[in-house]
Amino acid sequence: MSAPGMDKSMRNPLAQARGLGSAKDGVHHWWMQRLTAIALALLSPWFIWLLLSLLGASHAEVRSTLANPRCALPLLAFVLALFWHAKLGLQVVIEDYVHTRWMEVALQVVMTFACALGALASVFAIMRIVLAH
Amino acid sequence: MATPERPLSPFTDIYRWQITMTLSILHRITGVVLALGAFGVVWWLLAVSASDQRYAQFSELAQSLPGRIVLGGFSYCLMYHLLNGLRHLLWDSGRGFEIKQFYATGWTVVVLSFVLTGGIWMLALQHGAAA
Repeated sequence: MSAPGMDKSMRNPLAQARGLGSAKDGVHHWWMQRLTAIALALLSPWFIWLLLSLLGASHAEVRSTLANPRCALPLLAFVLALFWHAKLGLQVVIEDYVHTRWMEVALQVVMTFACALGALASVFAIMRIVLAH
Repeated sequence: MATPERPLSPFTDIYRWQITMTLSILHRITGVVLALGAFGVVWWLLAVSASDQRYAQFSELAQSLPGRIVLGGFSYCLMYHLLNGLRHLLWDSGRGFEIKQFYATGWTVVVLSFVLTGGIWMLALQHGAAA
């Protein structure tokens, strides 16, 4: 069946025939997942502390706390890292478990748009809080 | 089709249960849950930015019993994913690959995730009582 000298290849013959290799963006994905993970490991404890400190606060107090650049900037960093990290993680989950090609592609598109929308809506809300203050 | 001689790894149900496999799949599950929770953060931010009324609606929902159960779930998922994520970063640095270390760090994550979630909720309920 297989050509001589190719017996030990781990690649599927169809993959070999197609001749498509690595797109070389796997390392970038891996690296960005780690970078956003480190950012979130630092920012999540701060975010929990922020939520705890705002418990029982009035709407005006919450607004003025979030409007302060010392809070608004880390909050922006948090939501951006959060949605970026979520996108990278969900992408791999979809790749691993959804084996019907059209469904996998459709889910990737919907998931990526949803994460982008979440990030944009967060930035919009934070800007509105800051600018209205 | 694939050549029949290709070596295949047996499916996971062939192995004896080990805590490491449960921790591994929990990392994914909590990650997916937290991705949904991220939209809760957006909801909160939009409510804060919108109006007194919208914020009051959000607060009421968050403080209701179903709201607290959902928030409790998210807080546990966050603690677990955060701690186990640090375990992943440790592996990325090339450390913690001894079998004993897998178990030790794994159980540390399990215990700490419950302790920290409990601590956060104790603080939150104290705050709530004081407010």
